[in-house]
Amino acid sequence: MIELKQLTKTFDVGKTALTAVDDVNLTIADGEIFGIIGYSGAGKSTLIRILNGLEKPTSGTVDINGQKITDIKGAELRKARQKVSMIFQHFNLLWSRTVQENIEFPLEIAGVPKAKRVEKVKELVELVGLGGRENAYPSQLSGGQKQRVGIARALANDPEVLLCDEATSALDPETTDAILDLLVDINKRLGLTIVLITHEMHVIRKICHRVAVMEGGKVVELGDVLEIFQTPKQEITKRFVAQVTESEDSSETIKHLRELYPTGELVKLVFVGEQAEQPILTQLIRKFPVEVNIVQGKVSHTQRGAYGTLILQFKGTDADIRQALDFLNQENVQAEVMAND
Amino acid sequence: MIESLFPNVDWDKMWEATLETIYMTAMSTLFTFIIGLVLGIILFLTAPKQLWANKIVNWLTGVFVNVFRSIPFIILIILLIPFTSFLIGTIRGPNAALPALIIGAAPFYARLVLIAFQEIDKGVIEAARSMGATTGTIIRKVLLPESKPALISGITVTSIALVGYTAMAGVIGAGGLGTLAFLDGFQRSRPDVVLMATILILIIVFIIQFIGDALTKKADKR
Repeated sequence: MIELKQLTKTFDVGKTALTAVDDVNLTIADGEIFGIIGYSGAGKSTLIRILNGLEKPTSGTVDINGQKITDIKGAELRKARQKVSMIFQHFNLLWSRTVQENIEFPLEIAGVPKAKRVEKVKELVELVGLGGRENAYPSQLSGGQKQRVGIARALANDPEVLLCDEATSALDPETTDAILDLLVDINKRLGLTIVLITHEMHVIRKICHRVAVMEGGKVVELGDVLEIFQTPKQEITKRFVAQVTESEDSSETIKHLRELYPTGELVKLVFVGEQAEQPILTQLIRKFPVEVNIVQGKVSHTQRGAYGTLILQFKGTDADIRQALDFLNQENVQAEVMAND
Repeated sequence: MIESLFPNVDWDKMWEATLETIYMTAMSTLFTFIIGLVLGIILFLTAPKQLWANKIVNWLTGVFVNVFRSIPFIILIILLIPFTSFLIGTIRGPNAALPALIIGAAPFYARLVLIAFQEIDKGVIEAARSMGATTGTIIRKVLLPESKPALISGITVTSIALVGYTAMAGVIGAGGLGTLAFLDGFQRSRPDVVLMATILILIIVFIIQFIGDALTKKADKR
């Protein structure tokens, strides 16, 4: 378990002090994939660096599996870092070393004998899907392959926690998905706790269990990923959620849809979790004499279940439509008539 | 044919002078490499925000490097005469040239080492720290290997400059091709001796450049 208590970090910038991390309190469970999202300058990079002691907080404590990272230094801290490893946006591989030698590096630091190192590297290379590329230099690899080396290197000393510093931000969308799949796989297989920071809601949606939204050094919203997608409270969270749910809520879009479907009622349904997997529409059509026409829809899958919106055109008598909407609300599907304004 | 082009050249003396030049260049390059590397590491690691951040040490090292890098070599030799005679016991001969050569070249190389280290991606050092590396490990396994091509090309340039310095040191009687060209050639008005000494110096420079380039290329895996 990782516990952050009243964590604050200020930097001296000339005469003024900049508060990068402002009284952050978080508890991250073992085996959890925890996301921290924020725009650049929100303090998330500083926060993640406090977790492995690369930055010292001005006040507050970080406790990882019973060890106070913020209190130790020297040899003890270096030893602790072997259990809290990190991957980076720009991979940070040693270009002078081959894939194999790069993965060996943390093992050399830990003082593992050569024969054991070779064995471990072999295992890791297979785990991250780089078999056959052991003797390549980083300059001969693609971005995705470089990050795979970074992940293998981070896993070399069997860490308990993996910190991901914008690990997919330098990759194209397809490679991003492949790396995210690998992280989920590792999380499941090794039971590793993953803490990642990003500015992309897509990353949060795809792999995180819980998410903290950071703004101005503070955690402004915290919760289950599905919950955050369903009911974002803060303005900034809504903006992040809009990154992946696109523009279907904008009045511009509604107006456009209204023009395309001038008759009947336009109804927006929001499915969350289990409901998204049940045949609610089938039941609706069987029970009520309304015509249903699918106008627009999207279902996304998160680690905690599916999340989706569907915009339907209902045609029928006012009474029938009202009854149909009541039915949906009984089934816990958020249904609202899209007002024409 | 060669005898007729260079009538005044004493080949035994020329060969001996060549060996002296090679000896002075090799020894001074070796010590310049070691001392320059140490100074470069200190300059780099004591800079603000670095692992050994220390304003005073950084400033002192910086001043030392800048002062000795700025003094013209010919003046440095003269300034160092008392130091040399204390250290070596004489101010003549190839060994007597070494202190001035090393003190003149090491600060220059230290700057090149600093630049080489500054070009290493900071993220790589951060990654090593995140794995629990000690500063010693970072120096041995990150700084030195990651800047190897620049360190080699830097010592090549320095070594070639040192060949030039040895010739200048010849003026105060260090021996080598410089002394030979000056005393036997210039002062006795024998241009063929000067020419031959020049040709040999050029050959030495070309060989150093060739070896340096080959090693740099081999070390560079980027």
